[in-house]
Amino acid sequence: MMSARMSTLASLRGDIERLEAHGDGYAPNKVALGHAGADATLRGGLAAATVHEVFSAGHQSAAATGFIAGLAGRLAPRRPLVWVRQDFSEIELGALSMSGWAELGLDPRCVVSVRAADVDTALRTAADALACDAVGAVVLELWGEVRQLDLTASRKLTLAAQASGVTGLLLRVAAQPLPSTAESRWIVRAAHSPPAAPLTLAAPGSAWGAPVFDAELVRNRHGPLGRWIMEWKCDECLFGEPAAYPQPVAAAPAHRPHQTQSVFKRSGYRFA
Amino acid sequence: MGTGSRKENASKKSSSVARENAAPDNVPSVVVAKENNALQIYALDDKAARCGLEAGLPLANARAICPELMVFDADEVADAKILDDIADWCDRFTPLVALDPPHGLFLDITGCAHLFGGEAALLRMICGALTRHGFFVSAAIASTSVCARTLTRGSPGRIVKDGEEAEAVNPLPVSTLGADAAITTGLRRAGLKTIGDVAARAPYEITARFGGDFTTRLAHALGEGDAPISPRKPLPDYIVEKRFAEPVTTENVISITLSQLAHMLVAAMGKQGKGARRLEAGFFRTDGAVRAIVVDTGQPATKAQVIDRLFRERLEALNDPLDPGFGFDLIRLSASRTEIVVQQQRDLDANVHDNDKLADLIDRIAARIGGRRVIVHLPQDTHIPERAVWAAPAQHHLTASAQAAWPARAESEPPLRPLRLFEKPEPIKVPFATVPDGPPHHFTWRRAVHAVVRAEGPERIAMEWWKQDGEVLTRDYFRIEDEAGLRFWIYRDGLYGSELVTEEGKPAPANWFVHGLFA
Repeated sequence: MMSARMSTLASLRGDIERLEAHGDGYAPNKVALGHAGADATLRGGLAAATVHEVFSAGHQSAAATGFIAGLAGRLAPRRPLVWVRQDFSEIELGALSMSGWAELGLDPRCVVSVRAADVDTALRTAADALACDAVGAVVLELWGEVRQLDLTASRKLTLAAQASGVTGLLLRVAAQPLPSTAESRWIVRAAHSPPAAPLTLAAPGSAWGAPVFDAELVRNRHGPLGRWIMEWKCDECLFGEPAAYPQPVAAAPAHRPHQTQSVFKRSGYRFA
Repeated sequence: MGTGSRKENASKKSSSVARENAAPDNVPSVVVAKENNALQIYALDDKAARCGLEAGLPLANARAICPELMVFDADEVADAKILDDIADWCDRFTPLVALDPPHGLFLDITGCAHLFGGEAALLRMICGALTRHGFFVSAAIASTSVCARTLTRGSPGRIVKDGEEAEAVNPLPVSTLGADAAITTGLRRAGLKTIGDVAARAPYEITARFGGDFTTRLAHALGEGDAPISPRKPLPDYIVEKRFAEPVTTENVISITLSQLAHMLVAAMGKQGKGARRLEAGFFRTDGAVRAIVVDTGQPATKAQVIDRLFRERLEALNDPLDPGFGFDLIRLSASRTEIVVQQQRDLDANVHDNDKLADLIDRIAARIGGRRVIVHLPQDTHIPERAVWAAPAQHHLTASAQAAWPARAESEPPLRPLRLFEKPEPIKVPFATVPDGPPHHFTWRRAVHAVVRAEGPERIAMEWWKQDGEVLTRDYFRIEDEAGLRFWIYRDGLYGSELVTEEGKPAPANWFVHGLFA
C-alpha cells in the first residue's frame, strides 16, 4: 500500500521534472529585434515557438498593435500570419487596416484575419492556428478582461506553439496581466516623435510620425527586465533606437519584480 | 418501362393547420381563408364534406348548413413550410424534387424506382409513409409531369405506362387539368365534360377559344411533349448514402458512418479526378425531419480524412446540435460542387505543401465559424481609405491575395495611413482650427481632450462623384500627434468656402472625425 503510493508519487515527480525540463532545457530559436538594448536583455532576441503577451491601455491600442505587428514581422517575415480577433474589438479599437500594415513595410499578402464571435471561439481558433506549422505567427487580439484565458488556456497555447514551432502573440488591450505561461510580457505605450523633428510643418528629411513605442518588458522567464524607447524602422523592417532621443531616466531594474501590480500607474516618465 | 422521365405527383390535401389543431371527433371542421373580401372554405375534412360543404363555399353559407362547424384560419406560410419539409423528406427517394404549390410535389423518379422495388412499391411506400404522418395523399406516376398531376386529381394511385397517357386521362373531368376556373367553366358550358371530349376537338378551335397555354397543357397531359420540372436543389455531382434497417442514434455510429461515406465519396470522385468544393451531409430522421449540413472548402477536397475532419468541426460547432430524435434511418453525403484536381508535385516544392496546409487550416476554421469570418485582404483601385482594401473570404481568394500587387510605400517616409481604421469614422469636437483650412488646436475624442502638438496636412481626398448619388463632401485629412504621443488620422468633412456654406451663403460649421490611429 505504502510502496504503491510512493511509486505513484515518484512517477508524478518524474512527470513534473520532465515538464520543467522541457520548459527550461530547450534552446529556443531567437529572433533579434534590432534594438541593441532589448536584444542584449533578451539574450539574442525574442524566442520563437512560444507565446508572448503585449498589454496596453485602451487608448494606447494602436501603439500595441504596431508593436505586435513589428514583432510578427521580425519573427516570421514572408510567412503566413493569422490574426484572430473578436468582433467587438473592431468597433472599440478600429479594424486592422492593411493600408497601414503595408505602410509599416510589412506584407499584407501574408495576413489571414479571423473574426471570432466570442472569446471561446477566438481561443480555440488561435490554438488551432498555432498547431499548424505552415503558419509563421499567430496573433490573438482580445479586448478587456477575459475570464476564459486562464493558466490552463495559456498553457494550451504555449504547448501548441512549442509543438509546432509557431510563435503566438497575445494582444491584450484594456486588461490587467494575470498569471500565464507566456515567455515574455510587454506593456506598450505610444512615445513622442523625436523632439528634433519640427513641431508643425514637417520639412523634408525630418518627417515625424514614425512608429515610436515606449516598450516595457515586465516579465521575462529567462532573463532580466527592461524598458526602452523603440522605433519601428519601416524601411529596414526592424526595431531600432530613435535618433536623438533620450532614453528613460529611471534605470531599468535588473531583477524581476514581485508582480506587475503597478503596471498601469499613469505616472509615466519625464524627459530630461 | 419507357425511356421518358417518370414523374410522380403527390398532392397533399389536408391543411397543416387543421391537422395541428385537431378538432374533437365527430365535429366537422374547415379551414377558411379570405378571398374576394369574404371568408371562404379553403380546406375541409371528411365529416364536413359529408355535411355537403365544399371548398370555395362562403363561411356564412357553411355555418347555415352546418351550425356546429369548427373553423380554423388558413396559414399559408405554415402550409408552404410543411410542403417544403415533405419535399426534404422526399429527397430520400430522388434528388430531383420540385414544388408544385400550393399542395403538390413533383418527383422525377427516372432511374430511381428500382432502388425501392419498382414503381408500384415506391408509390405505396410514399403514400403509406405520408398517410401515417396524417396527410391525405393522392399520387400517380406518369411520363409527363402534367399527366401525373392530372391523374392525382382524377384517379389517384394510377401508374401509367409510356404511350398510354391519352387513354388514362381521356375519361377524367376537365377540372382535373387544373386550368383557370374561367376555362373550366367555359369548357363545361361548351358541353365538353371530359378531357377526351376536349382532345377530340381540333387544337386550333381550342386555342382560338381558350388560348395557347391551355392547348400546351392539354398536349402535355395527353403525353405529347413534356414541360420540365424545376427541382428545388441542383443535382449533386456525387451522392453516397447509407440506409439503416434499425435507426441509429449514437454519435459514435453517426461519425463512423460519415467517415465511411467520405471514403466512398472520395473513391467515386477519384475515379474521375475530381475533388469536392462543397459537401452536403443529409440526416434523415425516422419521423420525417431532415437536417442538411453544408461544408465549403477552399480547394478541392480529395482526402477522406479532410472531409471527415471538416464535418466533425462543423457538427461540433453547431448552435443547435444534431438531434437524432428517434434515430436516423438514412445518412447521405453528396458533393454538390466539384472541380477537377490539378495534380501537383509535392515533394520538391515545400511552398506548395505549406500552402496546402494553410488552406486546410482555413477550411477547418471556416467550417467551424463560417466562411465569411475568415478573410484575406485584396487592394482596390480607389483613394477612399475605407474602400482601399477588400476583405475577401479566404477560402475563395487565398491564391488571389497571395499574388495581389499592393501599392509600394514611399521610402524613408513615416506611415501615411493608419494601422487601425474605424469602419465608421468617430465624430470629434473641435472648438477651432489654427487657420481656417488648418488642423485643430485641440479636440475631444471619447470624452478625452487631446492637444495637438504636431500636425501635418491637409491631404485632400475627394469622394468618387461618379459612383455616388447625392453630394458627398471632400475630406481634408491631417496626421496629428498629441501631447502623450498618440497619433491620430483626423479629417474635416467639406471644404470651407465652396462646400461648407448654408443656403443663404453663410459659412457653415465643419464636422471633424477621427478615422484611424497610427502606431
